Amino acid sequence: MKAKFYIFIFSALLLVTSCSLDNFDEPNAMFSGNIVYNGEAIPVARNQVRFQLWQPGYALTAPIDVTIAQDGSYSSRLFTGDYKLSFVPGQGPFRTPSDTLFFELSGNKAMDIEVTPYHMIRNSQFSYAAGSVNASCAVEQIITGTDAKAVERVTLIINRTLFVDSNSGGEGSIAQVDAADLSNLGNINMSVEIPSDPKKPDQSYIFARIGVKVAGIEDMIYTQVQKIEF
Amino acid sequence: MKKYIYTILLALILAMGCSKNDEEFLDRPPSSILTQEQIFTDPSAVLSVLGDLYNRYEDFGRLDDWASVADFNIAYWSEAGRYPAFQNDGWGFGSWGIWNYGYIREINLFLERCEEATQLEASQKTRFLAEARFLRASYYFEMVKRMGGVPLILESETYDFSGDASYLQHPRETEAAIYDFVISEAEAIKDILPTDADSKSRATKGAALAMETRAALYAGSIAKYGATTPQVALPGNEVGIPASMAEGYYTKALTAAQAIISGSAGAYALYNSKPNLSENFEALFYDKANNPEAIFVEDYKVGGGKTHYFTGWNQPRFGAEEEEGGRINPSLQFVQSFELLDGTYAPLANEVGGDPVYYDNIGDIFQGRDARLAGTVILPGTTFKSKPVDIWAGIVLADGSIVSGDSRGQEKTLPGGSEQVQVVGFDGPIDGLEFTAQSGFYIRKYQDPNTGSGRRGTQSDVWFIRYRFGEVLLNAAEAAFELGQPDVAAGYLNQVRSRAGITTPLTGADVNFDKIAHERYVELAFEGLHFFDLKRWRLAHIVLDGNPINPTEVTQNIGVATKRETQPYSIWPYKYYNPGDPNDGKYLYKILRLSRITGADRFQFGNYYSEIGQDLINNNPKLVRNPNQ
Repeated sequence: MKAKFYIFIFSALLLVTSCSLDNFDEPNAMFSGNIVYNGEAIPVARNQVRFQLWQPGYALTAPIDVTIAQDGSYSSRLFTGDYKLSFVPGQGPFRTPSDTLFFELSGNKAMDIEVTPYHMIRNSQFSYAAGSVNASCAVEQIITGTDAKAVERVTLIINRTLFVDSNSGGEGSIAQVDAADLSNLGNINMSVEIPSDPKKPDQSYIFARIGVKVAGIEDMIYTQVQKIEF
Repeated sequence: MKKYIYTILLALILAMGCSKNDEEFLDRPPSSILTQEQIFTDPSAVLSVLGDLYNRYEDFGRLDDWASVADFNIAYWSEAGRYPAFQNDGWGFGSWGIWNYGYIREINLFLERCEEATQLEASQKTRFLAEARFLRASYYFEMVKRMGGVPLILESETYDFSGDASYLQHPRETEAAIYDFVISEAEAIKDILPTDADSKSRATKGAALAMETRAALYAGSIAKYGATTPQVALPGNEVGIPASMAEGYYTKALTAAQAIISGSAGAYALYNSKPNLSENFEALFYDKANNPEAIFVEDYKVGGGKTHYFTGWNQPRFGAEEEEGGRINPSLQFVQSFELLDGTYAPLANEVGGDPVYYDNIGDIFQGRDARLAGTVILPGTTFKSKPVDIWAGIVLADGSIVSGDSRGQEKTLPGGSEQVQVVGFDGPIDGLEFTAQSGFYIRKYQDPNTGSGRRGTQSDVWFIRYRFGEVLLNAAEAAFELGQPDVAAGYLNQVRSRAGITTPLTGADVNFDKIAHERYVELAFEGLHFFDLKRWRLAHIVLDGNPINPTEVTQNIGVATKRETQPYSIWPYKYYNPGDPNDGKYLYKILRLSRITGADRFQFGNYYSEIGQDLINNNPKLVRNPNQ
């Protein structure tokens, strides 16, 4: 009886005393926003494009990776403090701001990061007809001159779930097709057949989007995901 | 009196037990630790220490890790636990990273202690020192291939416990500097090491030169082809070699290779011991008795405590010595890339104009090809350890429908038949059933034909060849081609190709980059070299671009270096069943992609050089991150 009593007292003491020294406040600031060009969010592949936050002033500096969601938004829960933001060279289908961005974070902060994509996809149209998804779009070149990069391919990707991109293998696409004719970037047409999979339940909708691969740049730029009902 | 006797005895024991030699008595040499002095006075003890350093040599492909030689979709992995490798979309940035400076330090300590040793014979001592330098250069070579330029530490360092370790933090050298180090070390030790073509598992002059030619070739091609991927470079050249240095490296690669080819490093030659060229190519990898081709190997010995289970993992499942095997299944793309004997490319002729081609014998479709095909791959209709393999996927009926089974060698009653017949081979292929030949093939290279090699209790002692004469010839050919000497390149290529039974020799005009890349692909497959070829030619992000392969493109562009390799395909033999038809009982082939292959590999720019871990950067902030990470 007595032993139990001591154990109880001791553990209660442990609970009460051990929390103050080695615990600190949870991160409380939400940093969020979009990667934008002229105010328009730039959709990319899920978990593929990221930038890094650094918190200067500490002995060991490790980057905090912030990945960009497929609709071009990002969010990260952080500690209050001073941060600097930089892009990893070669990341993203856009030219990143050359200056490092410094900002102070206390409480929630929304910030759109302005970048310049090599190309933008305009006027994307999706439609369903006879077991296939048809799509058309125009590709507008944004960066011209010496830094211009050519369009390598334009791809229509469809998937059964909301996550659509050509990088995640079977997870991101059930079928995709490259546009055959890139001679007129103002009018590109693609059509992809929806594959039937007897192992999966039928559904009366599919998600699609168009991606553009720029030569020499790893990440593709996309349209927003479109739900197509049929 | 009697009651005092014990007291007196006790006093006597205490008195006698002490002596002035107590310290000597207690100071015994340890029986489980050898001192520096004991080691470095006895050549056999030094060799033991060196043997430990040899054992820790870093290889990319290893026979004791079967998947490491068969990566990058050259083969399908017929083991249920490995299917996810074909369902994901690539590799983490940290993949393939190594950073074993503990090993470097121990080699440096060995060099310093051996240098100080006074009682070793001079000839032995210089050889030990040169061997340790060879191992150190080999490890730096392995690191620069995977990480880019790394800190070059050439002496043992000690922490002084001052609280400030910054003097131990060294920045990364340039990539070129590490390659230069490997090349200069090879030059420095080649004449100290013995010129002995029969010494395979210890460093020789041949091994040093073979390392030099490979390192110089890699550096040259990174300099040349790195220009196509400016994203894969760092401003300080820790990654990336200036294009202007390419020619110098190619020249060194050619010179070093020619030193081996001319015989100045010992009597190395292509292995040519068997009249059947396929058997000859197969024997090249397991014949340890009389093999002039192997230059430097990792050796094993059954009964000697060092064996591997490569044969057990990969032996044909039917009639195997254990209830397993069949893991590496070479892909259709790899099999069809072997040329016809006249040196032309052709897909496997399974269809003409949409109609199937019927073959009398199951193996006929593979006839008339490069002898290395049957020496590298176990084809349907061939044997292993004198036992025929039983690879066929089912029976095609007259209406085109297929009768097959879902267990090995299953029997069913055919329509119109009265009794059960076997409808699928004992080696499969059955989609999703592990250990069957799911691509239609098993691997033959490095499989051990000795009895017991596939038993867990015995295992195999086939050696792993790290450097061989065939690769040296191909290195020379590539270097000569890049230096604008296509005739010289054709001469070296033809030596390798005529051993493979290809009848039409190449001329200088035939040699192009694709030809060089193709020859390395088929000759050096499953030897852990293909990956670094893709990396140094900066082709990895093109052939592994993350796009699935469609059935029409899979048989096209054979022998083109930029052909997509994101997924392995299969080709399955079927028996045709149509009594009364002239084709009854013949074989036809179908090309397919296995249902477990749902991903397509994507090699990112950030994969070219492995990530240097955050823990390393925390310890040494002078380390620069690799590009795109």
